[in-house]
Amino acid sequence: MRSLNHAYLVTKNNMAQTIIKHALKTAIAMLAFAFIGTLLLAYVFIATRPPIEASEKEARLALFKQILPASSYDNDLLATQVSIQPNALLGNRLPSIANVATIQQKPAGVILEAIAHDGYSGDIKLLIAIRADGSISGVRVLAHKETPGLGDYIDLAHGNWIKSFDDQSTAKTAVEKWLVKKDGGQFDYMVGATITPRAVVKAVLKALQYYELNKQTLFAPKAN
Amino acid sequence: MTNIYKEITINGLWKQNSGVVQLLGMCPTLAVTTSAVNGLSLGFATALVMAAANGAVSPVRQYVPNEIRVPVFILVIATLVTVIDLSINAFAHELHKVLGIFIPLIVVNCIVLARVESFAAKNPTLPSMLDGFMMGSGLMLVLGLLGAIRELVGKGTVLSGLDLVLGPSAHAFMWTSVDYHGFLLAVLPPGAFLGLASLILLRNCIEMRKTKANDASALAATPAMKH
Repeated sequence: MRSLNHAYLVTKNNMAQTIIKHALKTAIAMLAFAFIGTLLLAYVFIATRPPIEASEKEARLALFKQILPASSYDNDLLATQVSIQPNALLGNRLPSIANVATIQQKPAGVILEAIAHDGYSGDIKLLIAIRADGSISGVRVLAHKETPGLGDYIDLAHGNWIKSFDDQSTAKTAVEKWLVKKDGGQFDYMVGATITPRAVVKAVLKALQYYELNKQTLFAPKAN
Repeated sequence: MTNIYKEITINGLWKQNSGVVQLLGMCPTLAVTTSAVNGLSLGFATALVMAAANGAVSPVRQYVPNEIRVPVFILVIATLVTVIDLSINAFAHELHKVLGIFIPLIVVNCIVLARVESFAAKNPTLPSMLDGFMMGSGLMLVLGLLGAIRELVGKGTVLSGLDLVLGPSAHAFMWTSVDYHGFLLAVLPPGAFLGLASLILLRNCIEMRKTKANDASALAATPAMKH
């Protein structure tokens, strides 16, 4: 009886050992693959970082150039940034970045990011360049999910509508006229897609109001 | 030996085409094919990932314990997809803006894991790589064709945006019809389903015609045979 028990224990022990051995082997194999994968990823990440950063910077600068002529400022626009905390007028829920343009140390303009939450589908992300005098230099849509062929004319790739903001200001167009024509305002829209331009007009107006309220802090000397 | 390669090629491009026969990888098939260039580009990226994944798994297949083969395969695929994602971002930034969110999705494309599991885990390296590439190319053809159809019907252009991939000189290959305002439905999601259905229909028609012709000749040869 005793010897039988003993034998049983030995097999049990052996089985446990094989299980542990097998599990260990499997775990080591998994670890080895993960390690090699991580090494490869780290290498590629480091190798591709400079070109990615360069092309992102280039793309951003090209966009800036479209809405704020390069001749109107003389500072390093990309380097002169002001962080903006979440603000109802700009619609950002996360801190965003404003780029400040100066010419001979004097304020030239500012590029703000604004988000309209009341588009037809999803957020509309806008980039708005405002001159120091409070007029709009240009607006572009950074990202949107509006219906292709209907609401997407706010994107320069699908129409010139976004250019109707050029040179606009609250001085030129009274605040209560910052509406689409259907609502008795100043701005064009396309039949069948009024929700989209309505949201954009509202967002641009709010960005202008934000600028008027905050221009002192935006152009504070520490900007450099 | 060459017969195997020929069979793999035919399987990938026609017999077991992942886009219209196996119907795997529906997410990119339906979502990205709003233009021929988008479809072809994502198809090409998928083909690269599949060739690389099959080629990476096949040589180490006996070192992968059976219990963890799926996690290991996914790990390999995810690594390769990220490598390709970063490379496209670095060297074709504009294209990356268009395909950006879809490239990481190649990881979850069943066809990639399916080929690793069913082919690369059992076959030598070279045929595995060819299998991956041909399966991917089959998908690329479907994506490109579907993209071209939707683009042509929806917007009246073909290969628009090619300059994002190949540089400004590619404008010469773009074709735009004059005075066509587009049939929006083709570009919207329903257009993807309708377009894919038409492609499947087309393929099935060709296949059925072939079988019919074969049956007819078989009947003629052995008139006594019953069907």
